[in-house]
Amino acid sequence: MKLYLKIWRQKDANSKGAMVDYTLNGVESDMSFLEMLDILNEELISKGEEPVEFDHDCREGICGTCSLMINGRPHGPDSLITVCQLHMRSFNDGDEIVIEPWRATAFPVIKDLIVDRSAFERIQQAGGYISVNTSGRPVDANAIPIEKDMADQSFNAATCIGCGACVAACKNASAMLFTSAKVSQFALLPQGRVEAAERVQNMVRQMDLEGFGNCTNTGACEVECPKGISLENIARMNREYLSATTKG
Amino acid sequence: MAVLDSKVPSGPLADKWTKHKNEIDLVNPANKRNIDIIVVGTGLAGGSAAATLAELGYNVKTFCYQDSPRRAHSIAAQGGVNAAKNYQGDGDSVYRLFYDTIKGGDYRSREANVYRLAEVSTNIIDQCVAQGVPFAREYGGLLDNRSFGGVLVSRTFYAKGQTGQQLLLGAYAAMNRQIQRGKIKSYTRHEMLDLVLVDGKARGIIARDLISGEIERHSAHAVVLATGGYGNLFFLSTYCMGANVMAAWKAHKKGAYFANPCFTQIHPTCIPVSGDHQSKLTLMSESLRNDGRIWVPKRLEDAKAIREGKLKPTQLGEEERDYYLERRYPAFGNLVPRDVASRAAKERCDAGFGVNKTGEAVFLDFSAAIMRYGREKALTSGLKDPDDNTIRQLGEEIVEAKYGNLFQMYEKIVDENPYKTPMMIYPAVHYTMGGLWVDYNLQTTIPGCYAAGEANFSDHGANRLGASALMQGLADGYFVLPYTIGDYLSDDIRTGPISTDSPEFEQAEVAVRDRIEKLMSGRGIHSVDYYHKKLGKIMWNKCGMSRNAKELKEAIKEIAELRKDFWENVKITGTPDSKNQELEKAGRVADFLELGELFAKDALERNESCGGHFREEYQTEEGEALRDDENFTFVSAWEYVGDPSASKLHKEDLNYENIEVKTRSYK
Repeated sequence: MKLYLKIWRQKDANSKGAMVDYTLNGVESDMSFLEMLDILNEELISKGEEPVEFDHDCREGICGTCSLMINGRPHGPDSLITVCQLHMRSFNDGDEIVIEPWRATAFPVIKDLIVDRSAFERIQQAGGYISVNTSGRPVDANAIPIEKDMADQSFNAATCIGCGACVAACKNASAMLFTSAKVSQFALLPQGRVEAAERVQNMVRQMDLEGFGNCTNTGACEVECPKGISLENIARMNREYLSATTKG
Repeated sequence: MAVLDSKVPSGPLADKWTKHKNEIDLVNPANKRNIDIIVVGTGLAGGSAAATLAELGYNVKTFCYQDSPRRAHSIAAQGGVNAAKNYQGDGDSVYRLFYDTIKGGDYRSREANVYRLAEVSTNIIDQCVAQGVPFAREYGGLLDNRSFGGVLVSRTFYAKGQTGQQLLLGAYAAMNRQIQRGKIKSYTRHEMLDLVLVDGKARGIIARDLISGEIERHSAHAVVLATGGYGNLFFLSTYCMGANVMAAWKAHKKGAYFANPCFTQIHPTCIPVSGDHQSKLTLMSESLRNDGRIWVPKRLEDAKAIREGKLKPTQLGEEERDYYLERRYPAFGNLVPRDVASRAAKERCDAGFGVNKTGEAVFLDFSAAIMRYGREKALTSGLKDPDDNTIRQLGEEIVEAKYGNLFQMYEKIVDENPYKTPMMIYPAVHYTMGGLWVDYNLQTTIPGCYAAGEANFSDHGANRLGASALMQGLADGYFVLPYTIGDYLSDDIRTGPISTDSPEFEQAEVAVRDRIEKLMSGRGIHSVDYYHKKLGKIMWNKCGMSRNAKELKEAIKEIAELRKDFWENVKITGTPDSKNQELEKAGRVADFLELGELFAKDALERNESCGGHFREEYQTEEGEALRDDENFTFVSAWEYVGDPSASKLHKEDLNYENIEVKTRSYK
């Protein structure tokens, strides 16, 4: 198939970017979206032009590196997958495809389609852990039985890949879904309860410092999340936060 | 360089590790604050090592090329992590895990290291649960287990098909805690370009900031390489796109021996190649072999009809299918180890029974499991005389709960519903057992340079068992390296900070800059990927699932020619002083073009078949691997002497004092 691509090109963080048009022939339906970009890049290199830089690594939907806004949707038109799992069979011959980086104040563009997501790092550093020594001798793993349903819910929250699609989807560029998934994973487990109050306050404080917007319950994040992280996590985080801050 | 000394402690096998820990030198907590350690790579091994070292009090700097430590490729491990907990009461023990791992590795790994791995495996589970890793649980609230290939017990802990993700996030969380305390400084989007030796000791690295292109010097009292395997040598593999051998290879060129480079794992259950545009291959977890049955049609004409799309696999009855693993290996059936399953698939496809367009695929079928689970569920739900459709639906729900994400991934890539029609799978490069040679302390032949996880060679011999990579990465990082490194660092308590202004750092930086300049000054004919794909083809065709002397010799020649071509004609756009993905790739491919040659040389020298290394000249009448214990019970450790073809072989003899070395049989 033949495609008309409109791609955001930006030399570096300090330069001004612009949309650039490319026409690409010979795209097959069983190619992945990123393989389609590989072909475009091979063409650009052969012409002596600089290839389009985009973040990607595992190409199997788990590392959370890839981060493209395709026709206005994070990770493209399909649901519950990342860009690297999107295949060209979701498009038709002659389609125009607009490809942009995540857009958020807290995610500045580094180059072309690559953004800086270190704000997520700092939110996790603020409290996304259980303070147990790795070199210690913890109790036997089966000493504390955990209700299967709770363990499963905790797991579901923990499957967040930290890609940032939630932020990109949100009109406020809010990071509530991301932060709440981490808060929930630990809040749902007995091991994580001990520090729950402190954790939620520290993580929310850092989230606000990074310049992410507030949550206005539009639910776009849940719709676009490639891992189906539920809005319930945001509700849980709000409850945790409220009870932590009113404890005094 | 001295003769290889594995430094395995004396005494009975089961007491070695405890004895060693009691005898090695320690660094007191106050002195640890004066010691710096660099950890390169932040996957399971690097992440867990960095967190533990920082917690012990050392000052740690971590480096990863990704934008976050959490994105290291350990994250993609699906199936699980082994531990000899014996929660299922099925007779598991430390000894049995040790035995299975040695046998699975086809008697080419070091006994003492493997025993230690089995011994600390139980701590891993305790540790991870304490950290909040949400493993799968049973309704009673206790941890659930499943089975993996090459074993007869259920010892694999898992978190659906995302075990690696959950374990890595655990290690990453432990790192974050230390970053917040100021004990780890995390350098992301940084790549190590060389190792710096001062007075023969590893004292730092040269790294490139991948955003600014700046070349940086970083010093430390010791350097830990936890940079994973080198499977991307084959271009197509289940590795992430950025995986590379640069750190290990640079250490090799500075004096670290490279062990068993030809021991590569080709995983039997991956999604087959669909075309020339393909950039990577996707694994379907081995855990699927718990419930999936592998088959091809019995008759050649049926296979042909399926290939041409004239026949559907579901139209073939039981008696028309060849469940070749169950037929050849009745004791282990579909759960034979990976090397055996991969070769068996290749054998059937080479004989003309392949089932996809290219003839390079076999079926992995869940219909029997779906019906079995469905019937059980119907009974426990009190359904009387359910019809087949109801049973199938109930069964599909259970299979979805177990493997949902894998089935979804398959459907997205192949565009077929694996609940309704069997999956198609084919072997693909997945893991490298070979790596930097290390002693019992995980130290390479360069003092102060350590290697952990997949980057070292030590535990898996010639074939790794499923769910053992996660085990080894975390064992090395949480429980082994943080202690053994203290023995070395105890001599460094008065050294003080290492200066980066020394001539050694200066020289290393100049060499790195020269290399970048040389890469950028190619004549600009072919892209980096062009060379990488060419190398991959040579490797897959001549150094892949089966090898012979003639083709290995050809490979050595072809790779050397390709390398020459690459340095003369590669085309790299952009500039070195900015973000430049082509330059990043070029540096990695340049290393692969050297390692590939050593790989082929190693395979050529090993005149036997063992584990993942199958030499066509050495096989039994039934086509099974034929080991030569008399002549090849050793680790091949290669010393770099200026050119891969001139590399010098050193042998570490493997002594089996606690296990009887036998022909490996899964029949």
